[in-house]
Amino acid sequence: MTSASGGSPHRRSVGITALGAYAPARVVTNAEFEARLDTSAEWIESRTGIRERRFAEADEYTSDLGVAAVRDLLSRDPEALREVDAVVCATVSPDALMPSTAALIAMQVGLTGAAAFDLSTACSGFVYGLSVAQGLVLAGTARRVLVVGAEALSKIVDQTDRNTAILFGDGAGAAVVGPVPEGYGFQEFVLGADGAGGPSLYLRCAAPRLPGGFEMGETVGMNGREVFKFAVRVLGDSGNEVLAKTGLQSGDVDWVIPHQANIRIIEAANERFGVPMSRTVVNVDRYGNTSSATVPLALREALDDGRIRDGQQLLLVAFGGGLSWAAGTMRWWGGAPSLGARAAAAPAEVSA
Amino acid sequence: MATFEDVKAVIVEKLGVDADKVTPEARFVEDLGADSLETVELIMGLEDRFGITISDEDAEKIRTVQAAVDYIGSQQ
Repeated sequence: MTSASGGSPHRRSVGITALGAYAPARVVTNAEFEARLDTSAEWIESRTGIRERRFAEADEYTSDLGVAAVRDLLSRDPEALREVDAVVCATVSPDALMPSTAALIAMQVGLTGAAAFDLSTACSGFVYGLSVAQGLVLAGTARRVLVVGAEALSKIVDQTDRNTAILFGDGAGAAVVGPVPEGYGFQEFVLGADGAGGPSLYLRCAAPRLPGGFEMGETVGMNGREVFKFAVRVLGDSGNEVLAKTGLQSGDVDWVIPHQANIRIIEAANERFGVPMSRTVVNVDRYGNTSSATVPLALREALDDGRIRDGQQLLLVAFGGGLSWAAGTMRWWGGAPSLGARAAAAPAEVSA
Repeated sequence: MATFEDVKAVIVEKLGVDADKVTPEARFVEDLGADSLETVELIMGLEDRFGITISDEDAEKIRTVQAAVDYIGSQQ
């Protein structure tokens, strides 16, 4: 696999300095799909590990979810956005193609004037975004970067298609990336994409077909079998690659935070890089696949319940439409107010 | 050349079934209880073990243990 990756071992330490998350209040159970589609709750759970997911309200869109995640971050650490001069929003369900969802979020959280752009690598977008943010900080272009992964997938997925409707949910996460004490923060990233996999997972926009002639349907389309095979292999390979690049063994990893698409993919991929499920953060059962929001939602949950602590070795692995993949290693810095457990662990949806 | 025993080992591992149930005539779904994702995992296991690529179209036709042995033999 040919992939892009991080810089020299002597660069300044950059990592996550604040984290927030948000999931809309409306819970959609498998029984709801059983009632209106030709499917069964048991089938959905056994094939995907998903029991329920959250759907945004009718007038609640991706920028609203992103803003709510930033407000959650601010409720934990009111000073967290100081020095932020760039905003990156990873999303495949933007409010509009222009203006960018990043600009719409920036405007509502007091960051008007900051650089703002959306990043389109689907479910691997948040991990891609962390790497881009690290680059902006190290290049001196930005002092700190707000990285948001936000999705209102319920708005773009065909709710009458039993193959895709059951899989996706809505949610958002927000992280501030900036300088951290030496020895903490991001270690290495491995990023990659393969456009030949486009027909496996797509959402059309200006063109009716992909290069090569594949005709896209009107809504999100997916070849589940192809995506499953791709995901298991690329998660395993990119996870192993980023560990090797960091000089780590799978036994050094305290927690894997994988993209949450399907429990069966996570289990099969873990086998390939040799980290047991007992050291893997899983919440796909309660949120389904929220694309770019899965990694920050899972990270926030594992901080709130005290699983992830200062100094631990983390491995992030994600894959998505593109087809794309992103893996990253980081030593968790827990030294800022939002980076540990919150005493009265408030659920993410009760954000300000 | 893929032998029955080589293929059987992959099936036992991927489907988690008793080795004595893996007869040449056994059907993956009906007899060995594989669900749709397990059949994908099985195909991936065979691809990895024998260094071949099995197209979706061909995978659909591989429904029994013997069919898998024959298919792999024809690809090597």
